[in-house]
Amino acid sequence: MKGWRTGLAIGLALAVWRSSPGLAEEASPSLHPATEYLSTGMKAEQADLARNRGMLWVDQGAALWRQAQGVAGKACADCHGEAEASMRGVAARYPAVDATSNRLLNLEGRINQCRTTRQQAQALAYESNELLGLTAFIAYQSRGLPVNVATGGPAQPYVEAGRKLWNERQGQLNLACAQCHEAKAGHKLRGDTISSGVGTGYPVYRLEWQGMGSLHRRLRACQLGVRAIQFDQGAPEYLALELYLASRAAGLPIETPALRR
Amino acid sequence: MRAARKSYSVAVPAAACANKRRTLAVGVLLGGLLLPGALKTAAAEQLAPFEIVGDAIPLALDGLPGDAERGRVIVLDRTGGNCLICHKVPVASEPFQGELGPDLAGVGGRLTAAQIRQRLVDQSRLDRATLMPPYYRVDNLTRVAAPFQGKPVLNAQQIEDVVAWLATLKDQERP
Repeated sequence: MKGWRTGLAIGLALAVWRSSPGLAEEASPSLHPATEYLSTGMKAEQADLARNRGMLWVDQGAALWRQAQGVAGKACADCHGEAEASMRGVAARYPAVDATSNRLLNLEGRINQCRTTRQQAQALAYESNELLGLTAFIAYQSRGLPVNVATGGPAQPYVEAGRKLWNERQGQLNLACAQCHEAKAGHKLRGDTISSGVGTGYPVYRLEWQGMGSLHRRLRACQLGVRAIQFDQGAPEYLALELYLASRAAGLPIETPALRR
Repeated sequence: MRAARKSYSVAVPAAACANKRRTLAVGVLLGGLLLPGALKTAAAEQLAPFEIVGDAIPLALDGLPGDAERGRVIVLDRTGGNCLICHKVPVASEPFQGELGPDLAGVGGRLTAAQIRQRLVDQSRLDRATLMPPYYRVDNLTRVAAPFQGKPVLNAQQIEDVVAWLATLKDQERP
């Protein structure tokens, strides 16, 4: 009769653990990092940092980290010190709701918030090499760490908005993200393999772009594909979707800078 | 979140008479009053009426005869039907073929032309959860990009051409 007690204790512990507010869900076993769908050659190129083309942007971000910017004349490093220590694990928690403004910020938004308020510098344009570089450099400090975004409390309405967009049919071709990236992940769309829709490697170096690009640029490409009106990079719709994608990808490792077809 | 947009726009005539403020005001007023109706009719006129019987549309759209050779081109063309993004066809010269939808080899044996027509026009009437886009429908769509608003993916002639070619694929064998 001792078994039922142990069972109950385990059950209760599990129930408490599952219902903890804001605790990220475990990665679904059916979700795969997009790297698994890469050719052997590209996998090797991504893993070998000397050959990984995304490292050109990471290096550029590392240089920017130390450069004084704006009216305040401060560099990121002046407040944050060595990124290897201070930024470790940060990207794994983004997007996150900013406590002061109560707005959802992704890494790009957080960098620009720091620039405009602390450095008193101009915000960097989305998709500029500078912003891609800084974002990639910061995300690189979390390479290998599991995605762990907060989904409860103030983040919850954003997660729900993202989930709604994910499941909503859109465009002339009338397709929802979930229809391909959930039900058909791993299947072939012409010569390409459909991913699980996890943005864990962004910013990524994409062969189709012959350059580095943000997750929002990739989302625009998907909307173009289904012939839908594209949102702008940094749009609230994309931010909410980015958070939802991260909540789905909880537990998967950050891969920045990743290579993609 | 942005609200779902209808697949037609009312902004065009207002912009056309932007020079004079009074004309603009009248234009906006008239445009606002008349245009949704007018465009709706135009969109409706663009689509041939059709009758669904069971899981089929027995009559050719607009009574147009389909041309199988043209249909083959539309099926393979990436800017046309782009069917191979999801389907396989028995055409050995096409290296990259999708695997999301059913293999189209033998479709002409499994389905009648009327059944194929229904699946092209709007498969969601048969299967609400389908991945297959509606190739001949312009309503109940969300956030359609401007160049495609109010237009079906394929016109009536193209639908009939594709039906004609698919109906010839009677053999399950692949070359």
